Amino acid sequence: MFQQLRVCLGLAMLAVYGLTVGATASAIAAPQTIAWTGATILTMEDQNFEDGTLVVRDGKILAVGPRTEIAIPADAQRVDARGRVIMPGLICTHSHVGGIGGADSSSPIQPDVRIYDSINVKDSGFKRSVAGGLTTLNIMPGSGHLLSGQTIYVKLRRAQTIDDLMIRADDGWIMGGLKMANGTNPIREGSISFPGTRGKAAALVRQHFIKAREYGDKIERAGENPDKFPPRDIGLEAMQEVFQKRRVVHHHTHRHDDIMTVLRLANEFDFRVVLHHVSDGWKVADQIAAAGVPCSVIMIDAPGGKLEAIDLSFQTGAILEKAGVVVGFHTDDYITDSRFFLRSAGLAVRGGMTPQGALKALTINGAKMLDLDHRTGSLVAGKDADLIVLDGDPLSVYTKVLQTWVEGEKVFDRDDPQDRLYAVGGYGATHDQIPYFCCYHELMMLMLRQGGQ
Amino acid sequence: MNKCIFRILPILTLVYFGFLIPVAAQTAIQGAVIYTMAGEPIRDGVVLVEGGKISAIGTRTTINIPANYQIIEAQVVTPGLIDAHATAGLTGIYNQPQDQDHQDSSAAIQPELRAIDAVNMQEKLIDYLRGFGITTIHTGHSAGQLVSGQTVIVKTTGGTVESAMLREVAAISATIGPAAARREGSPGTRGKQMSMLRQELIKAQEYAAKRLTANEAKSEGNEGQGAQSLARDLRLEALAEVLAGKTPLLITVNKAQDIATALRLAEEFGIQIWLDGAAEAYLLIDKIKSAGIPVILHPTMTRATGEYENLSFETAAKLVNAGIPVAMQSGYEGYVPKVRVVLFEAAITAANGLGFEQALATITIDAAKILGIADRVGSLEVGKDADIALYNGDPFEYTTQCTGVLVNGQLTGDPPR
Repeated sequence: MFQQLRVCLGLAMLAVYGLTVGATASAIAAPQTIAWTGATILTMEDQNFEDGTLVVRDGKILAVGPRTEIAIPADAQRVDARGRVIMPGLICTHSHVGGIGGADSSSPIQPDVRIYDSINVKDSGFKRSVAGGLTTLNIMPGSGHLLSGQTIYVKLRRAQTIDDLMIRADDGWIMGGLKMANGTNPIREGSISFPGTRGKAAALVRQHFIKAREYGDKIERAGENPDKFPPRDIGLEAMQEVFQKRRVVHHHTHRHDDIMTVLRLANEFDFRVVLHHVSDGWKVADQIAAAGVPCSVIMIDAPGGKLEAIDLSFQTGAILEKAGVVVGFHTDDYITDSRFFLRSAGLAVRGGMTPQGALKALTINGAKMLDLDHRTGSLVAGKDADLIVLDGDPLSVYTKVLQTWVEGEKVFDRDDPQDRLYAVGGYGATHDQIPYFCCYHELMMLMLRQGGQ
Repeated sequence: MNKCIFRILPILTLVYFGFLIPVAAQTAIQGAVIYTMAGEPIRDGVVLVEGGKISAIGTRTTINIPANYQIIEAQVVTPGLIDAHATAGLTGIYNQPQDQDHQDSSAAIQPELRAIDAVNMQEKLIDYLRGFGITTIHTGHSAGQLVSGQTVIVKTTGGTVESAMLREVAAISATIGPAAARREGSPGTRGKQMSMLRQELIKAQEYAAKRLTANEAKSEGNEGQGAQSLARDLRLEALAEVLAGKTPLLITVNKAQDIATALRLAEEFGIQIWLDGAAEAYLLIDKIKSAGIPVILHPTMTRATGEYENLSFETAAKLVNAGIPVAMQSGYEGYVPKVRVVLFEAAITAANGLGFEQALATITIDAAKILGIADRVGSLEVGKDADIALYNGDPFEYTTQCTGVLVNGQLTGDPPR
């Protein structure tokens, strides 16, 4: 009796599985060429278009310009986008979604740890991210270490595993940075291995960089002779990518003197760095500008909560912008919810930043910080079709993200009830995403096996 | 260097310049639009302020501005905003032990802890909130203990709690659910929480009855053993006020099951309660409405984790549309941001189904009605306190600034924020 039931259930699951696969397949097999017409297009390049057309083909932007000037391919699916605003997908240079776990408590410096070994791609944070219009993230380990591991840059494609989200360079390298922090977060008084003071923190970091340099020197001296190679050290290997300026250091830092410490270290060891949070950035804007270092600013509703953030200000973006610093924003999700990322630009404009500068900080400037500006961050022919469709001014509280597209695929649609649940919240909105076909398949196989025994 | 000072000066001002500047007591506010929250908005209107109160309000064509009045202009004028539940003043910007007085963990039930003994009216966070147009806050002991203590309603004037006071005991703060469960000690479960809370209320009932008997004996000149045997008990006295209907119990509950428990408690003891937090209130709309209980809703942008996992940006709209009184709050924050701005929290509800004026009501007149202070604040009407907020656009827009604030008719020194 039970076996029969199980077989029946299995067959029912098989039917569901078939339907699901069918539905998913048809979604994926959507027209490969799409043309939005009549939209306000904010390109983040020199020119915006009031009555514009955007054509996407095979995941790339084919053309963008005034509606009257852009020829639409005959096979394109046309979308009347009058009244809509289209802009590049948002780029969060600092996120913690994915239920991540980076460095552990064994040491304050752990360049060997890769954050991508810990990411749950079904975490609802990814759905909330695309609901907020995000298409590219830098997922980072936390700030409780001087060096908490390797970060990963991801595109928010539909994913079964982390491999589906990774961004690979032309040579296959998995793109990511290195997370570092100073100030109070990595200080653990009474700990043997963690620093108790800022002076100790800087000394530990400098010693680590010197050690990593020596490791690199040994490899160089070994030349072609494998016998002379030092034993492989995956942490120090990652550090060589920092010295090669391929892996950018993403540095948590708040207080003005901590910011200066980062600039000093970057100068001493010649690495590329992005300053993150920079609560006190407005106090040393000229120094940051002179160092040519970009800043990823966090917009928080109020100062305080930690001693280093007492002087946090809505004006930081504006002051850095005026000083000539490349400014980006980040959610620091869970510190701020990815669904409110557009709000960061709005609040920065409230603090005096230019609207265009604030929107660039959400898009192309973030792309620059992640070395992805040749692929995403602005709407220009040849770049990835990472874009969002809005129902109004991106700086307005009343504006909604209607759709989010990554590489020509729609990954969020506010009209879809499940997507809408993640966008506005409600019962079940923070559960892991409902999986599509993989788990139906596994469940079905399990049931068939049990039924057949 | 000069350039640098020029740059940081506004910020230093923003951080440190938090006191009220006395100006002419007679002021005229001219607004392109005035949301009085007592009728239709007034286009091209005027509010006259005299002696800390509103003395006249209407269109510019109907109001004569006396010659000696100081004139202040704004695009949008609203009543001073009300934060219906905060901890600012008991929680401070530094987030260090010396500026955190929102919760004592030595006992699970401490209704006798007075907010007036703990609130720091000169706290920077209060100055910060005022800069966005917030002129009244209901603040006090936070959620997190079964009964954590009392709350107080104050104006954001700085000074002392005495000079800022609107209501000395606004409510007693209680929490049901995992937030009030103790890892070590009792209560460790929901069942135990309700057992302890009910038992304490029953004790307070008995205490009140004994006190009544003793007082009657005393008034009859029979100061015998009845009066002498009843030692004063601050804890039971405070709860007796709840049982007598004089002090509401502010119950922080978020899961639907805990909201239902709070309603059950209110019914059993016939007490007045305010639902606080209420993340899953949208699941129990009929029950809350038929119980006639107001909701002081969690900040819309509270992190959707733990008890708040099922929160929705549309809850305020759903409750208001059902006819349930709703006020928005800043709540308690343990890290960053150390305080939330109720203007911002209401803005998200405005954009998620509630609409502009209803959302504004949740931080003005509706909040005032729930808190029982609508005779003084919450709308711009003749005779009410001249608590007024000025904006250079839609107050809910991210890019709009608050350009001026009046509390009790005094223009504050806050820079545009």
